[in-house]
Amino acid sequence: MKTLNMARYRRRKLVDRIMRSMTVVATLLALIPLFLILGYIVIQGASAISWHFLSTDYKVPELSLDGSASDVGGIRYAIIGTLLIAGTATLIALPIGLLAGIYLSEYGKGRFASFVRFATDVLSGSPSIIAGVVVYIVLVKTTKEKYAFYGSVALALLMIPIIVRTTEEILKLVPQTVREAAVALGVPQWKAILTVVLPAATGGILTGIMLAFARAAGETAPLIVTVFVSNSVEYNVFGSMGSLPMYIYRTLDELTSPEQYKVLWGAAFVLTALVLVVNILVRVATRRRV
Amino acid sequence: MAQFRIAEQTTWIRRLKQKTQHGDSVFRLLTLAFAGVVIGLVVMIGLVIWNGSAEARQYVGFDFLFVDAWNPVQGREEFGALAAVYGTLMTSLIALVLAGPIGVFVGVFLAELCPLQLRTPLSFLVELLAAIPSVIYGLWGALVLGPFLLDTINKPLAERFGSSLQFLADPKPKNLLVAGIILGIMILPTIASITRDVLTVVPNHQREAMLALGATRWETIWKSVLPYSKAGIIGGVMLGLGRALGETLAATMVIGNRMAISSPVKPAQTAASLIANQLPNANSDLHGSALILVALVLFGITLLLNAIARLLVWRVSRGPAGAIH
Repeated sequence: MKTLNMARYRRRKLVDRIMRSMTVVATLLALIPLFLILGYIVIQGASAISWHFLSTDYKVPELSLDGSASDVGGIRYAIIGTLLIAGTATLIALPIGLLAGIYLSEYGKGRFASFVRFATDVLSGSPSIIAGVVVYIVLVKTTKEKYAFYGSVALALLMIPIIVRTTEEILKLVPQTVREAAVALGVPQWKAILTVVLPAATGGILTGIMLAFARAAGETAPLIVTVFVSNSVEYNVFGSMGSLPMYIYRTLDELTSPEQYKVLWGAAFVLTALVLVVNILVRVATRRRV
Repeated sequence: MAQFRIAEQTTWIRRLKQKTQHGDSVFRLLTLAFAGVVIGLVVMIGLVIWNGSAEARQYVGFDFLFVDAWNPVQGREEFGALAAVYGTLMTSLIALVLAGPIGVFVGVFLAELCPLQLRTPLSFLVELLAAIPSVIYGLWGALVLGPFLLDTINKPLAERFGSSLQFLADPKPKNLLVAGIILGIMILPTIASITRDVLTVVPNHQREAMLALGATRWETIWKSVLPYSKAGIIGGVMLGLGRALGETLAATMVIGNRMAISSPVKPAQTAASLIANQLPNANSDLHGSALILVALVLFGITLLLNAIARLLVWRVSRGPAGAIH
């Protein structure tokens, strides 16, 4: 009887140890791709980074007879394009996301609010190509043009749910007593929200906006169907424009020389650095605040 | 004169005050309107895609999902998207089989077993995986993972078993399997972080009661914590599935884009990659409309998945029937 119990006890201990180490193994497995991808990008990409690479534009690769590497140019136009397209998208998404977020946190209790929350979930859960398809139907097909601005509209669709969500969550963190104190001093509620609650949450809201910007900067799928790619620096959003993700996507298809291969990883390095630096900054900033 | 000006000023202030009395309702209505915009956007997406696909719906109907024929050439159009449906389901299945168990285990480790000092940095690293743009995943999959799998696994397998097992023969660097693995890596952080989140809201007496009965840590997790949050974890897995079904760019870059029901080691097509590939230079309005119809199906499925997942995660925050509160 006693030996049987001991055997069972040992088995239970063993199962416990095995399963607990399985969770550790799973976590390590999950981190392997992260380090592999970042490792590749740093090792292959960092060597491509130079002032020349960041400050010149695309050049048509020339075929040289002696097989020496030709200059394939840099990615200045793509960096500028990415910032412009994502920046414009932020301008479009910001008012909608911010005000809807304020509504959800300050007034949102009833059934309508839960519809809004569900709509936010649907927007953030729907495939990014859907945003591209919608803008393609509404704007590209009717005007027969593919402007950078249309890409920004599609990206804004993807940014709105992120801004709504973070605004709502951050505003909810502002203690109720702060609102009550303001109202008790005779300030109308709307003024209390604008002058007391919002300033208290500025950092957090900025965080959400930056995350949304980073997401938009890295997103490519909607741009494929909405924007014509240009290979030179463009500042007019109602025109064609290049961007880093589109540069990577297209160069991969027409990869011919080792020079291009190097430039490709360089562009990947710049894009990843842009997105990850924003994410890490946000993380550091929020940790200090909370 | 001066007096007049003061009087004017006070009426002006009074008028402003009267106006701002309505400030609350005005501001409320303003935010309400913009919240309505969010709902309006979803409705608009649905309507626009529905209308945009009208031509193709008349031409092929919804059973185009079960026909394997895709020919956009004008005059000989055939739109049967079975190959894309197959590719989408297969890649998502591979992704789910890989990322589901690992993701849940990562979530369990982060919420239950991880030393406290490690919890924040590890969670951050896992979330960083979600921040990497999909074009980077595509690039890495196409240039590194694809060729690596081809040389170390697919080719040796094909040489040894290719003659008897047809589906292993003649592997290509861009294929269904690579797409599935890349999608798996991409949805892993979604599943892991939702699992972690629903586990942390499990009340502590749920664990304490089990430990007091002499259970091991794992038994506590397996029999008392996981069942409590089962619905939420399933919800998280469904959100991951939704991401895998709709992920466009990474899939497009590594799957090879061939409209064919093929073996896992050969090029294939997913619904999203089909749209990304062909919509920018659609042959005709009908061709474009057929691609929009594919988008409609994709949107419908992700809408459904989101609704179910949302309900499941809601149920968790209320706790299952019969739980101790």
